[in-house]
Order: sequence, then structure tokens, then C-alpha cells
Amino acid sequence: MDTFINQPVSIDEITPWRPPSIRKVGMLTLITTESALFAIFVVAYIFYIGKSLNGPYPHELLEIPWSASFALFGSSATITFAEFALKKGNRPLFHLWWFITIAMGIYFLGFTAYEWHEFIFEKHLTISTNVFGTTFYSLVGLHASHVVVGLLLLGTILISSLRNKLDHEHHEHVEIISWYWHFVDAVWAVVLTVVYFISAHY
Amino acid sequence: MANGTTTTATDDDDFVITPTRPGEEKGAWSAWIQDLLFTVDHKKLGLMYIGSGLLFFVVAGLMATLIRAQLAFPNSHLIAPDVYNRFFTMHGTAMVFMVGMPIIFGMANYLVPIMIGARDMAFPRLNAFGFWMFFFSGWFLYFSYFAGPGLYNAGSAPDIGWFAYSPLTAKAFSRGHSSDYWTLSLLSSGIGSMATALNIIVTTISLRCKGMTLGRMPLFVWTFLVVAFLVILALPPLSACQIMLILDRYLGAKFFDTQSGGSAVLWQHFFWIFGHPEVYILILPGFAAMNEIVPVFSRKPIFGYPIMVGANVMIAFISLGVWAHHMFTVGMTSLGNSFFAISTMLVAIPTGIKIFNWIGTMYGGKIRFEMPMIFCIAFLFQFLIAGLTGVMLSVAPFDWQLSDSYFVVAHFHYVLIGGLLYTIFASIYYWYPKAFGRMMSHKIGLWHFWLFTIGFHLTFGPQHIAGFLGMPRRIYTYEAGRGWEIWNLMSSIGVIFQLAGVLLFVWNLIYSYRKGKIAGDDPWDAWTLEWATTSPPPDYNFEKIPEVRSRRPLWDLKHPDDPDWKYE
Repeated sequence: MDTFINQPVSIDEITPWRPPSIRKVGMLTLITTESALFAIFVVAYIFYIGKSLNGPYPHELLEIPWSASFALFGSSATITFAEFALKKGNRPLFHLWWFITIAMGIYFLGFTAYEWHEFIFEKHLTISTNVFGTTFYSLVGLHASHVVVGLLLLGTILISSLRNKLDHEHHEHVEIISWYWHFVDAVWAVVLTVVYFISAHY
Repeated sequence: MANGTTTTATDDDDFVITPTRPGEEKGAWSAWIQDLLFTVDHKKLGLMYIGSGLLFFVVAGLMATLIRAQLAFPNSHLIAPDVYNRFFTMHGTAMVFMVGMPIIFGMANYLVPIMIGARDMAFPRLNAFGFWMFFFSGWFLYFSYFAGPGLYNAGSAPDIGWFAYSPLTAKAFSRGHSSDYWTLSLLSSGIGSMATALNIIVTTISLRCKGMTLGRMPLFVWTFLVVAFLVILALPPLSACQIMLILDRYLGAKFFDTQSGGSAVLWQHFFWIFGHPEVYILILPGFAAMNEIVPVFSRKPIFGYPIMVGANVMIAFISLGVWAHHMFTVGMTSLGNSFFAISTMLVAIPTGIKIFNWIGTMYGGKIRFEMPMIFCIAFLFQFLIAGLTGVMLSVAPFDWQLSDSYFVVAHFHYVLIGGLLYTIFASIYYWYPKAFGRMMSHKIGLWHFWLFTIGFHLTFGPQHIAGFLGMPRRIYTYEAGRGWEIWNLMSSIGVIFQLAGVLLFVWNLIYSYRKGKIAGDDPWDAWTLEWATTSPPPDYNFEKIPEVRSRRPLWDLKHPDDPDWKYE
């Protein structure tokens, strides 16, 4: 194999060979495939807007979840602050922002739990009540399950950082986990628009 | 190889490492099994993918044989109707998900890292995860024969057809657990497929050796990059379908429940949003093998490299927007019909470009009729027929006549057997020497080729005519006097030839493993990086990670006086 090295100099010798990181490409690919999954559930939701044969209907139930949305979108900002703090080497500040991010994620999940509890036990809407219930719980539930996964990833980082196991080489892990979190937020923007803004009129 | 001169199989036998094979020393079997269970090596996983794919191929092929035996004569009652329904369901499902997908992933696993000069896939453990997910779901699907009856004691294996149209899958019409086995098997194999596709994308983008720019990547790798993108975009709709079906069956959700405002047609849309790209996921790897084999055996570089890449991307892009041509008969608007007819016809353009480029590669070349090339030439003719019947079916009024007839069966078997399977055979003949260090027998290969080709055309050629005469797909039996008898009999006779061909192929695999001629590093005098290492390659693939300066790095190595990089 030496002969590969002994070939004449070309332009490649001058330009450095730096392929992109496998973790970043991997996370972007994962986000692409997850987007395709969400797209199908969003399409199913839109397709079934106004097709329920019996109540309860969306306009009787849905209220725009301002505080939960504020928490989730805000957590996209706080995770970015945490990343800045980590890059500057300010660990306590990193821990603070990272903890706030997790807390906001938990608040969002808590809201979903509260909302579902109210829908199921007071408004009597379950997944088998009508097509609204079916598509609502599957779409919002799919998103909420991604929030859970995101929180587990965030929690892993916080614990390993508190135990001083988070070295310089792990900064990329922090970065791609924040990408995942941004993705979960972006999906919520779509869910919020489709479910709470558009379908709430039907 | 060390002096940089041209080497062939015969003149440096001293340097050939005789293949290590399991079972030759005592106590090796348990170590071998242990190795298979825990390996994360891309080459072993690749061979395990292909091996288990071939295993399921034989099982699903035997099911097809029984289907043909049932249909050979009119008014036949050789097998019971419910058994027949399970056979065609299991045949279709297994051939797509347990044969086609694993074999193409096996090819990608084995070859993509070596071709781009990497030591393994980007995520080796994820790779093993993908394999075991597929392997588990394959056995899980067949396990339904034993466990499918469930508490209702109804059904056994799935009998809902491979696309499982709603409402046939509803709890009321599919009692027992057979449909659940189908659903869960496809859901878990889909997760494995997405993991492997992600791995292929990351490997191709991030692990290319120095100098291998995208413009110098072998077309095989390019095509698999496109396939992997199709998998990560098209498999999630299938997973979504299966999740919805499980919710419907177990939590009483209403997705496909027409009594409660749900829609059965929505299942068809979602399934074919996966299902049509899936066809291209299966056939593009065939193109990938053609892209490597045709130039090597024509002794010419591939004709029109950039346009071949463009055609791949174009096929993938268009394939995401043609799904409803499977659904012309559900009654769409004329706008929908026209859109899907035109988009389907558009696929013929990049596909035609590819066929012409392969012919252009062969034109004026010094063609060597070795087994891989023979299968590739047969591919050109057979895939052309498949493509032409495909364009016929894309005309909506024509499809109204022939949808769900044997014409459609003939069409997609020409695609999947005449197209994909022939290139899988070609690839195995071509890369077997690399994987096992020995050549496959040319003589047995010729018998395999001719028997299988005669059998293939005898089986599926007449089905075009049976379809024109109105024979519906999936029919259990038929009465005499409709003009279908002779075509069905020919079809069933053809299966005997195909079986003989496949048996010879399996024998060739076993025989050549023991007795085949020692291949050496580079038996075909080829140009891509996998031939620069030993046969079989060491665990680490390359002692030193190579650097490439052109699309044909081995040509540069063998012809230092006239390297490709001077002209590219």
C-alpha cells in the first residue's frame, strides 16, 4: 500500500482533508428521519380536521397553551446560553442554564399531563372517542415522547457534568444534544400551529 | 503489489493469504458462533445480512413454488384457500423485507467502507443493532405460524396481503394475532433499516479516505448514499402506518375505522408513500452493482459519471412523488390521476439515461463474458421490459383495466427478479472472490444462469398475457375455458427451471468455498479500492489508509505512467 503514498503531489496535498464529524452528520440524519415520521402524523391530523362524527370537538376543548409553549421555546434559548457558558469554561453557569432548560422541559411535560388528565376525565375525550381524539393524542403524544427522550439526554449530560465526567472531548455531545432539543422545539411550533391555532376553530 | 506493478491472480500466488475458514481446527465452531453473535465488524455483519437474506429467500421461494403448484391447473385444490392466502402474504412480505432489504444492506455493509477506504462503518455497534433487529423480525414474522392464532384461536400466519389494505386489518376482520405479528415485525425491521441507513450516510459523508472527494467516489457508493437517503425518508411513513394500526387494533383508535369517520384510503396513501420509494430502494442497489461491474468487464471507465450521479438523485427525488399510481382505481380526481401518471412517466427519463450510459460503457469496449457480466447483460434486457410495462401501467385508463391483474404481477417480478435478483447474482459472482478468497465456478455458473433465465421468462412472460386475458392477482383457483390454462401451466413449469437454477447457485456457493480456484487480491483486474487489499480483507481492511487522486485509484496504481488523475 506504500505506493498510494508515493504518487506525485497534487492539489490534495495542499488542501487539508477534514471530513465532517460523524456525530453531527448522524444527528442531522436522525432529525431528518424523525421529521418524516412527524410529517405523516401531522398530515393525518390535518386530514381528519372536522371529520369527527361525534363530540367532543376541538373548539370545545382546545385552549392555546401559552405558558407551556413559552417554557419550551424559552428552553431553546437557555440551552444556547448553557452552551456559551460551557465554551467559556464557566461550569457553574453552564449547570445553572442547563438545569433551567431541564426544568422548563419538565414544566412542559407537566402541562401536557394536566391537559390530558382534564380532557380524559372531565371532557371525556379518549383516543377511541372520535378521530379528533385519535389524531390529537397520537400527534401530541408522539411529540411528548420526544420531549421525554430529550429530557433523558439532557439529564445524562447534567449528571456526568456534576460528577466531573464531562471533558473537553464531550463538548460535541453537548452540541448535538442541543440540536435534538431545538428539533423538539421546532416540531412543537408545527404542532402548536396545526392543533391549537388551526384546528381549534372546528 | 509492493512494487506497484500490475498483478493478477496467477503470478503472485506467494502473497495470497489462504482464506481462514471456520471449523478446520478443533473447538472452532463455538468460537465462530460466539464471534457471529458479538461481532461489530462491517464485513462479518455484511455477510450475515446476505446469508440470512438468502435463507429467507429460499423459504419464501418455496412458498412461491407451492403457489405456482396450486395454480398450475384449473379447479385445483392442492392447498387450502386460507393456507394459500397466508402463502402469498408471507411470500410478498418476506421477499421485500426479509430478502431484498437485508441483501442490499449486506452489500452496502461489506462494500461501502472498503470502497471509500475506511476501516469500518461510522457506528459499528449501531450496525450490529440494525442486523439483529432485522434478524429478529424475520423470525418473528415466521413465528406467527405457531403463535398467530392467539386467544380467539383464529388465523395463523398473516393473510392480509403484503400491503395489508384496511379494513382487512381491523380487529373485526382479522381476528387472532396474525396481523399483529405482521405489524410488529415490519415496525422492528423498519427501525433496523433506518439505523443501518443512517450508518451508511454518516460513513459515506464522514469516513472517506484522503482525496476521495464526492466527485471521485465510486458510483456504487454514490448510489447507496442515495438509497440510504430514500430509506430514512420512506421508512418512517411505514413505521407511522404500523403505529397507527397498532393503536387501532389495541386502543380502539379510529385512524382506519370507516364507521367512525376514519378513512381506509388513508392507509393506502400512507403505505404507498413508503411503498413506492421502497421499489427504488430495492432497484437502485441493482444499478449500483451495474455501475461497478459493467465498466470492469468492458475494460472502459463508466460512460457519463456525473450524469449517472444526477440520474440517481433524480430517480430518488421523483420516486417520492409517484405513490398514488398504485391507487388509480380508488377513484381520484382527474387532476390527481394526471399528476401521478405524469410523475411516474418522468421516472423513465433518468432510468433511460442509465440504460443508455451502460450501453455506452459497453460500446467499443473489450467485453469479457465472465459470470458477473453475463448476469448484468441479462439485467439490461429484462429491466428494459420491466420499465416498459411500468410506463404502460402509469397510463391511468390502462391501469384501470389491468390493476390487480397478473399483468401487474408479471411487471413487478420483472423488476425485482429480472432487475434486482440478477444484479444480486452478478454481485455475488463478482465479490465472492473478495469475501472468501476463491473464485466461483464458471461452469456451474453458466448452468445456473441459463436454467434460471429460461425458468424466469417461462414463469413471468406468460403472466403478462394471463393478465391481459383478465386473470386477477391473488386468485385462489380458476375455472377451465377462460384461456388461462396454458399460460398458468407454462408459468408453473418455469418454476422448476428456476428452482434448479437456484439449487445450482447454492451448490456453487458451497462448492467454491471448498474447491474454488484461489482468487488472489484482484482477480478481475478492477479499479476500486476493495481490490487493493487482501482476499478476504483483514479486520482492519487496509494496513495504511489509502489516498486517492482519481475515480479509479487502482488504475493509477497499476499504470503509474498513465494515471487517470492527469485527465480528470
